[in-house]
Amino acid sequence: MTLFGITSQALFGQLLLGLINGSFYAVLSLGLAVIFGLLNIINFSHGALYMIGAFVALLGLEHLGLNYWLALAVAPLVVGVLGVVVERSMLRHLYKLDHLYGLLLTFGLALIAEGVFRYFFGVSGSSYPPPEQLQGGIDLGFMFMPLYRGWVVVASIAVCAGTWYVIERTPLGATLRAATEKPQLVQALGINVPVLVTATYGVGVALAAFAGVLAAPVMQVNPVMGSNLIIVVFAVVVIGGMGSIAGSIVTGLGLGLVEGLTKVVYPEASAVVIFVIMIVVLLFRPAGLFGKQA
Amino acid sequence: MNSPVTHPAAAPRAAAHSNRHLLGWSVAVVLALAAPWAIYPTFLMKVLCFALFACAFNLLLGYAGLLSFGHAAFFGGSAYVCAGLAKHVGLTPELAILAGTAVAAAMGGVFGWLAIRRSGIYLTMITLALAQLVFFIALQLPFTGGEDGLQGVPRGRLFGLVELGDNHAMYYFVLAVFAAAFWLIRRTVHSPYGQVLKAIRENEPRAISLGYDVHRYKLLAFVISAALAGTAGALKAIVFQLASLTDVHWHMSGEVVLMTLLGGLGTLLGPAAGALVIVTLENELADKVGPWVTVIMGAIFVVCVLAFRRGLVGELLALRGARRDEQDEQD
Repeated sequence: MTLFGITSQALFGQLLLGLINGSFYAVLSLGLAVIFGLLNIINFSHGALYMIGAFVALLGLEHLGLNYWLALAVAPLVVGVLGVVVERSMLRHLYKLDHLYGLLLTFGLALIAEGVFRYFFGVSGSSYPPPEQLQGGIDLGFMFMPLYRGWVVVASIAVCAGTWYVIERTPLGATLRAATEKPQLVQALGINVPVLVTATYGVGVALAAFAGVLAAPVMQVNPVMGSNLIIVVFAVVVIGGMGSIAGSIVTGLGLGLVEGLTKVVYPEASAVVIFVIMIVVLLFRPAGLFGKQA
Repeated sequence: MNSPVTHPAAAPRAAAHSNRHLLGWSVAVVLALAAPWAIYPTFLMKVLCFALFACAFNLLLGYAGLLSFGHAAFFGGSAYVCAGLAKHVGLTPELAILAGTAVAAAMGGVFGWLAIRRSGIYLTMITLALAQLVFFIALQLPFTGGEDGLQGVPRGRLFGLVELGDNHAMYYFVLAVFAAAFWLIRRTVHSPYGQVLKAIRENEPRAISLGYDVHRYKLLAFVISAALAGTAGALKAIVFQLASLTDVHWHMSGEVVLMTLLGGLGTLLGPAAGALVIVTLENELADKVGPWVTVIMGAIFVVCVLAFRRGLVGELLALRGARRDEQDEQD
């Protein structure tokens, strides 16, 4: 079967790859949005923490025999703890200052992480085998789908949906949203906002690590995998606006699909298509697709 | 403390102050002129190029309060244009540099026009994303030489007369350009326009309610800053006879932020001092510690943000300010 001279296998294969990238955009921009909501900081080290997540999985497998499923739990935990330490020891001192300092600090941390990993592991990277249960694939009729790729999409959407549910539909989420709007008032009502802030940062970066483990078997695990991704995620965040959780998820997945489609139609532009969309959105809807008009 | 009533001793002290100022500048000029006989000129030229880059960047961040994370696009874009024109068209260096500067100014206009639709953190992310777009374009365009970059750019003859292949001649040309650009930045900062920029940085709603067209002021700041960053990039391309992907990479944008932050945001000389320190560190450390350079840069970032936000020059000024306050109290 062909469509515009492209076989359906190639078309749907690229769309699936796009959807996978979109899943990472969604999980990462979601984490950025959650952190930004409460801390007013754009976490530049988000990409580095995603990279560390992937490395925890890789090193765990090589040295400790940690299997994939355990890595999915351990890596977010490790990175979450790391995040808590960073928040407690450094970010905490910046809340009263201009937001830019938070960005600069986390940029510095990202450089440190990237440099350290580059020293020990070089830039070429290694590959991580997909878990046994998810090797192989199934024939869907219009395309052949490797099981692991399907799993990445399903798991990411599940995590995004779970996060959305917690924030929008539970008492904890209500407290979180209240603290985002009026931290002092929430504090006056007897809720420990500083702890909430620390926990939010921890969970936000744990999401990044989760995405990193998911990415390990489909991408090369290398020290710069995060920094290349995070810039695209920033563009995604500009396009979607950080006002809405559901908005971040939809934007992330949608842009991944668009990118995949571009790879089929006009491959040269696939690296830049998201930036171009960002420009168009800025021209016609400066606050972003789901952003509140300032 | 400073009293609003003019102190009887104030006038002579001001005169002494301006004398000291003049003396300081004279010493700096003499040192700059004599430097290439004591220090390797190529190193000095590198410092000057990056000092100019950082000063241009600081105009935007330090005075207008806009953090661009995409200045590598202006620096590198201009380097490519300048190198391409000098190598393939055979333009003289000053014309190639002017062309690079003009292209960078135009890019700054476009970046600014898009980015100032949002403010704060969004503006930073937009500039970073736009610069990444420029990076990918530079990677794919045929004339940029892809991964190799444009190598073997001729230094040529300045105005068709002075052979710039000579390192000393090249140095004095770079110094002259730096001095002119620095003077321009100084004039801009101290002009009424610069005052309005600072007002926007301090309190944008107030500036708007006073009737200033804030967007136009910000956009112009973007254009000037980008143009001078472009001059720096073009100069660098001529000096090192090379324009490469490193120049447009986001690491370069980060580096210029670091230089400015380390030297002192919103101080005239700070970014230049920051550039001197960072370039020296890179030169000294690159062979010895390899990839740890990135780690050290990151660590300097962290320390600057946490404990040293005024930067080198900012701290000096604060010290001097404190001492002057003490003197005032004793008078």
